[in-house]
Amino acid sequence: MLIEFPLKEEHKIMIDLIKEIGEAYIKPYSLEWDEKEAYDATPIKALAQADLFGLIIPKEYGGLGFGTFEMCLAVEWLSYFCAGVSTTYAASFLGAYPIILFGSKEQKERYLPSIAKGEKLCAFALTEPQAGSDAFAIKTTAKKDGDFYILNGIKQWITNGGIADIYIVIALTDPAKGARGASAFIVEKGDPGFVVGKKEKKLGLRASVTTDLIFNDCRIPKERLIAKEGMGFMVALKTLDYARCGAGAQALGIAQAALEVSLKHAKTRVQFSQPVYQFQAVSHTFAEMAMRLSSARALVYSVCQYIDSGAKDFSGASAMAKCFATDQAMWITERAIQMMGGYGYMRDYPVQKFFRDAKCLQIYEGTNEIQRNIIARELAKWIKV
Amino acid sequence: MGRIVVCIKGVPKPGTVKVDKETHTLRRESAELILNPPDRSALEVALRLKDQANFEVIAISMGPPNTIPVLQKVYALGVDDIYLISDRAFAGSDTLATSRIIAKALSLLSPFDLVVMGARSIDGETGQVPPETASLLNLPSITYVKELRFVDGKFIAIREDDFGEEEVEFPSPAIVSITPEIDYVRPPSLKRLLSLKEITPKILTNAELNLDEADIGLSGSPTQVAYVFEKTFVSRGEIFEGEPDELAEKLIKVLKEKGFLA
Repeated sequence: MLIEFPLKEEHKIMIDLIKEIGEAYIKPYSLEWDEKEAYDATPIKALAQADLFGLIIPKEYGGLGFGTFEMCLAVEWLSYFCAGVSTTYAASFLGAYPIILFGSKEQKERYLPSIAKGEKLCAFALTEPQAGSDAFAIKTTAKKDGDFYILNGIKQWITNGGIADIYIVIALTDPAKGARGASAFIVEKGDPGFVVGKKEKKLGLRASVTTDLIFNDCRIPKERLIAKEGMGFMVALKTLDYARCGAGAQALGIAQAALEVSLKHAKTRVQFSQPVYQFQAVSHTFAEMAMRLSSARALVYSVCQYIDSGAKDFSGASAMAKCFATDQAMWITERAIQMMGGYGYMRDYPVQKFFRDAKCLQIYEGTNEIQRNIIARELAKWIKV
Repeated sequence: MGRIVVCIKGVPKPGTVKVDKETHTLRRESAELILNPPDRSALEVALRLKDQANFEVIAISMGPPNTIPVLQKVYALGVDDIYLISDRAFAGSDTLATSRIIAKALSLLSPFDLVVMGARSIDGETGQVPPETASLLNLPSITYVKELRFVDGKFIAIREDDFGEEEVEFPSPAIVSITPEIDYVRPPSLKRLLSLKEITPKILTNAELNLDEADIGLSGSPTQVAYVFEKTFVSRGEIFEGEPDELAEKLIKVLKEKGFLA
């Protein structure tokens, strides 16, 4: 756009590959998938064969060993083509992070190679009907029974429900201890007592699958516990810290696509004998879009690089990246519809899809209200009085 | 472990065609080459067999040195080895001379279980090389295959012709040509793309192939290209004006003259 961020050769190679995949496997179908609310496994297969599911998996398990920045570049460019597909992709990393960050050697050896090859998708299950922003209000239990744990409860609105093979489930091993009584478990598709609910009908991200997960005396071997009992929320919150930038990156891709489509339109749509871009109400709106997108991108990229440089405490930083970028994407996509007038409203054109897709980003992976709580909390720690 | 050889071709990117005014052949060395699109299907078929039954897949291409980037991209798709068959003496070869060269290269790479090629190239569009090469090597030739199965150690081709579909079981080795479009082709691998600079093809020249000059290049080509041109379409039309009756009569007359009406 108006600023070019310096990228290494390997980043350019990766982005070119994603653009090639986007053009061949996603662009011709994204509006149709949105219209039919259909999940198509073909682009996921292509991403798997292109080694893209191994981006952040350590090399010794078959991955590329890249960091948050590379993950965000990939998610950004996939989102440019379809945020539904990028949600399936990014949510799989959300499910893989607990194993990468906290898994035992045996767990890493058992799961990470097939995750890196894209053979198995992951899902991350924290939310319940009575526990959204108030994550600590979860009620799903995991009772120790000899060499097993027995899970009972419901997880709500889980991305990749039914299509994932590996599910990270946060459940209470000791309900009396409240937040310190939760543990993280690996549940596999096919485990007895684990079923998936119906596919939800969504406003946007319709190419991605969202379902409930139902645990009815679900019996899993004790080896499926991640780290130790009581560490469930630590695993969940640390995972979310890393994955937040991914949601910010999705926002960048959607906003970029919306800006390009609406700008092209404004330059060719003639009203009152001139392209509408000539009217300041229109061109100033695009100037505003460009500033907001560029600043969102600069924030997301610098937070990624901060995380990759080895920062220990980055909850506030990643919350800023997620909150700011997703809010900007919502503003930009709404204005993009307006700049296209009637064409923005018609479902034959993609801009309305960008708007509907962008909305979810302000809600999931921690609502932007919760993100502001996190930023305020971290900010308060920073100044001592 | 069995071996499959895939023959691919670098073709000029549409829109960048340059023709040598004297020989009427394509100036391949100066063109920007891309992978012949039907060959992408051939590669996919071979790579699926590699995934399924662990075949070694070798990609070979006859062309000038600017074919090397095309072969590198083919390596990124997942083949085990790449070969360039290149020599000044090969330039100007028609399909028969080309088939002689490829047949010799294949015999140097034997034993192999299967040779896979795209059904035709988008520049020559003859579709002759696969059956000609098979004939020269005395191997079965199966053309326009849309799917290749490997079941209990045997190859089965699903062929599509004008009347429908047929299933053909055939002995190996054989030469199979694949329909230009199949259900799905895989993207390149990021791991391989990142290390592409270190990948160079093995090169086979006429020193290794040892073919007679009379059998290769322009001198070895029984067909001579008279004229090569890029197709352009010029919009032509005539506007008739007048009363409906007049126009109807005029139109019928014109259609009869042009043979559209009896």
